[in-house]
Amino acid sequence: MSHSETVTETTTKTVFGFWVYLMTDCVLFASLFAVYAVLHNNTFGGPPGSVLFSLPYVLTETLILLTSSFTCGLGLLAAYRQARNQVMAWFSVTFLLGLSFLVLEISEFSRLIHDGNGPQRSGFLSSFFTLVGTHGLHITAGLIWMIVMMLRINSRGFSPANLRRLTLLSLFWHFLDVIWIFIFTIVYLTGAIPQ
Amino acid sequence: MFGRLTLHSFPTSPITAGAAAGMVLAVLALAAFVTYKRAWGWLWREWFTTTDPKRIGAMYLIVALVMLLRGISDVIMIRAQQAVSVGSNHGFLSSSTFQQIFSAHGTIMIFFVAMGLMFGFFNLIVPLQIGSRDVAFPFLNATSFWLYVAGVVLVNLSLVVGAFSAAGWLAYPPLSELQYSPGTGVDYWIWSLQIAGIGSLLSGVNFLVTILRLRAPGMNMMRLPMFCWSALGSLTLIVFAFPILTVTLTLLALDRTLGFHFFTAGAGGNAMMYVNLIWAWGHPEVYILILPAFGIFSEIVPVFSRKPLFGYTSMVWAIWAIVFLSFTVWLHHFFTMGAGADVNAFFGIMTMIIAIPTGVKIFNWLATMYRGRITFATPMLWFLGFVATFTMGGVAGVLMALPPVDFQLHNSLFLVAHFHTMIVGGVVFGFFAGLTYWLPKFTGFMFNERLGRYAFWGWFIGFLGAFIPLYILGIMGATRRLDHYEASLGWQPLFIVAAIGVAVVCLGIGFQVLQLGYSIWKRKAHPAGRDPWDARTLEWSTPTRPPFYNFAVIPRITSRDQLWADKQSGSKPPAPEYEDIELPNNTPMGLFIGAAALVLGFAIIWHIWWLAILGLLAIITLIIVRLTTDDEATLTTIPAAEVKKLAEAEARA
Repeated sequence: MSHSETVTETTTKTVFGFWVYLMTDCVLFASLFAVYAVLHNNTFGGPPGSVLFSLPYVLTETLILLTSSFTCGLGLLAAYRQARNQVMAWFSVTFLLGLSFLVLEISEFSRLIHDGNGPQRSGFLSSFFTLVGTHGLHITAGLIWMIVMMLRINSRGFSPANLRRLTLLSLFWHFLDVIWIFIFTIVYLTGAIPQ
Repeated sequence: MFGRLTLHSFPTSPITAGAAAGMVLAVLALAAFVTYKRAWGWLWREWFTTTDPKRIGAMYLIVALVMLLRGISDVIMIRAQQAVSVGSNHGFLSSSTFQQIFSAHGTIMIFFVAMGLMFGFFNLIVPLQIGSRDVAFPFLNATSFWLYVAGVVLVNLSLVVGAFSAAGWLAYPPLSELQYSPGTGVDYWIWSLQIAGIGSLLSGVNFLVTILRLRAPGMNMMRLPMFCWSALGSLTLIVFAFPILTVTLTLLALDRTLGFHFFTAGAGGNAMMYVNLIWAWGHPEVYILILPAFGIFSEIVPVFSRKPLFGYTSMVWAIWAIVFLSFTVWLHHFFTMGAGADVNAFFGIMTMIIAIPTGVKIFNWLATMYRGRITFATPMLWFLGFVATFTMGGVAGVLMALPPVDFQLHNSLFLVAHFHTMIVGGVVFGFFAGLTYWLPKFTGFMFNERLGRYAFWGWFIGFLGAFIPLYILGIMGATRRLDHYEASLGWQPLFIVAAIGVAVVCLGIGFQVLQLGYSIWKRKAHPAGRDPWDARTLEWSTPTRPPFYNFAVIPRITSRDQLWADKQSGSKPPAPEYEDIELPNNTPMGLFIGAAALVLGFAIIWHIWWLAILGLLAIITLIIVRLTTDDEATLTTIPAAEVKKLAEAEARA
């Protein structure tokens, strides 16, 4: 078995394994969506989603995240061409977009908590904060991973291991995008409909 | 500084303090022994830092069997209490201690015994059976093991610091909420399961990829040994079910630690949602455990009947029918919730349907035995015992699948007897059969047959003695988890019979310990050789004990029972063409991650927030360090010439 064969095998095995991991993450989010579906009317006298959610605000978040997914894809294509400067540029843009998404989300959360509508207020808000917050935690993990990968590529270039990990990172990032689409639709769009 | 942790957190009652002291002394004695033998370096190099699945598998088995003894000692206390605590006699356990004991018993037996044994078997057998040198992600495998150990340590730590949960093995809210369980018990339960559960989830991904991607050339899916098929079914369930457990435990932790309202009685929480979620994981969990046991029997029955497995294809379909159906029956655990007649009828019917693929498997094994030349070695005895008990328990289960019957039997000892018949008579008997069948491959010596048979009869008779009374008691109205009842109910004689049954089971365990000791003592006289049972599958084609690289040359697969076909054809294998082997280096990172997870769990349980942050940062740092290591630094290549030398030395030995 030549060395390059081993490298390809490791890559397909790892990418497949990562897909399986993403499916477990998918079940994790599915459970949180189910919990939200059960509790979303349990406002316990507190404000419902239609009072709390601002659709233009969330649309901004959504567009930022979708754009970051696009730039992430461009970054990966550049990585396959081994164009280091482009990779650094695209992933920097992706990182900044991801970071601004996170900042927007955190400021939404802190506004809600400041107004006394934190997760302790009602079953509805518990499930809202947990579902959206879990997505936010994933984004945070993705951002840390992105910094580590950019530093690695800067110092070590495009080793097979680095390319493989970059592929996984971009899978992860696109996956979070898909989850966000569901959050946007199920939590915000349907939640904003006045009861 | 130390959160909720004060000097008052240490046990004061004589029974718990005694148990805690005993455990601490045992650990200290073990450490002293290792120091005396100057074995720390050897343990560290050869075992604690290993990435070899055979060694990791062995460690799983050791930890799980030690935990089995802990779980059994809980049983002895439960049954002894129930045999004497009648009328004016209140037994020797306080109510709160009794509640902790039955909660710990269930938690330990499922998560730390059954799951541990299962992953032990996966590690030992799966790579060998599919003709692979390793699992897909060796480092992840070691990490999973150390997360499991972290869970084990945490669950035992509750004996020494604080108390364990008194809310039952599944900790239903609102009882498990802060309002009704303000201590650290439920937190211990949550975090030991959460940490071990994440380990299980990662292992699920790992072995799923292993079976799907690392099979030897020529082994298409319909040539996969039946144990691997069963493992694949079980792993699929792990991948789909364990995330639900992760979520459920997290939500309960958020309720208890940060004041959220998922399952609280007030503020818009919904306690029944917890019961739904936990069983949406919990029912597949039952099949996660039983499928590998089915797989073990599917290996054993053909070998000891000298016939190929009857109905291979129908076995495969039965496994996947069970995998699918196991997600459609969870509500039968709480028909009494009041979901309405239609919902109950649906889940009742699905529950009855799942008995069909299970029955297909039973009949396939019996048909395999039909006209076979059967040897009644110990593994076969466990199988026959399993057929009797499992069928009995299965019929009891179908009975309870009828919602109106379930309304009568819900939460009674009849239910307790039913699921113990499935788990002891199914899972435990299966795993014991697997241990007697496969261990000689890894120890290099045979186990004493006579003592093994005594152990089987102790377990079998004791089991029936312990649980048939519970079926009757359940119908008489005895509910589960009673620490006291009135003499006028007339239950005491049956409880005494059940306690005697437990004593007989203990006799069986005694024979097992004796068998282990005696076989080790006489190991020179009874070497196992390559293939002591005249078996059919690849794991028996390697030298005993299998070398760290498993196969010097990866076998080519042309048949379902490859070894059997090779033995029948009698053809000499072609001269081996050796090639370089790449294997992962040892690494302590998995152990470090497990240790950091243990610190994190302990800190959250006791609200020591600075320590929790440290633990979390440690985990993140360790992961980053590991994931920025170059491939070359984690692998060692053994050149073909060296492989040749090793293989030829093995062949001469």
